Amino acid sequence: MESAGIGIEHYLTVAAILFVTGIFGIFLNRKNIIVILMSIELMLLAVNINFVAFSAHLGDLAGQVFTLFVLTVAAAEAAIGLAILVCFFRNRGSIAVEDVNMMKG
Amino acid sequence: MTVATLAFYLFACTAIAAGLMTVLARNPVHSVLWLILAFFSCSGLFVLVGAEFVAMLLAIVYVGAVAVLFLFVVMMLDVDFAELRAGMSDYLPVGLLIGLVLLIQLGLVAGQWVFADAAPELRTAVAPIPAEVENTRALGRLIYTDYVLLFQLAGLVLLVAMIGAIVLTLRHKAGIKRQDVLNQIYRERHEAVELKDVKPGQGL
Repeated sequence: MESAGIGIEHYLTVAAILFVTGIFGIFLNRKNIIVILMSIELMLLAVNINFVAFSAHLGDLAGQVFTLFVLTVAAAEAAIGLAILVCFFRNRGSIAVEDVNMMKG
Repeated sequence: MTVATLAFYLFACTAIAAGLMTVLARNPVHSVLWLILAFFSCSGLFVLVGAEFVAMLLAIVYVGAVAVLFLFVVMMLDVDFAELRAGMSDYLPVGLLIGLVLLIQLGLVAGQWVFADAAPELRTAVAPIPAEVENTRALGRLIYTDYVLLFQLAGLVLLVAMIGAIVLTLRHKAGIKRQDVLNQIYRERHEAVELKDVKPGQGL
């Protein structure tokens, strides 16, 4: 894996910056739930980078197998999230997250 | 500086810039396109590290399905996105603060992180990467043997997600003609065909 000075630390740094970007995006786009979902995708991508980097560093393929499962769950989450969003938009005519209190008791 | 190093920095910088633009872009359509660029750069990083299968999965399945799903939904919903961005400057300081704190924490972890001397010997790989087999084949052998139950369960998760998404978004409109299979099967001949005796020179 390690080619001329690019070690696991470099990958971990990229993953950390992407993860923080995702969290920053969640705080920044408080009202826009589509961008919040995209930020979650970014965070999951950062986690995947961590998994793959450690998998290559430790010579253990289990990390990449786990990446497959993370991708699966992320895809399912995106599909369900967007379906709920479409459903909500049909009922309310907006996607403002602050209005989402219909299920409040 | 070798080509691999150069490629790493190229992909890494593209990924980070695209991630930032995903979060900051004014138009959600642009956000999705930046997200796609971030996915592509990360798949480049995965190729560099030797995980070709995951890289292709990210490029084909993820960009091809998930990102395009986002694109469809963004374009389908007729939302005033300018209004949704209204309070963004209020949230900017607290977002920056939390992001900075988290980044510093992660940096402290990464800066202090070392393997104990004995750790590599004590720790044996769960599934060692075979030297002579390429990545995709090795991953396939592993998935279909040791992790077959988890693999099937992952498929089940996708199935449930698919059914859930369909159930949530499917709706029957009242005024639309649709196929009624039972009605078709139970139809008799005398309901459909009527014989009329038409006299010559006259219409019906």
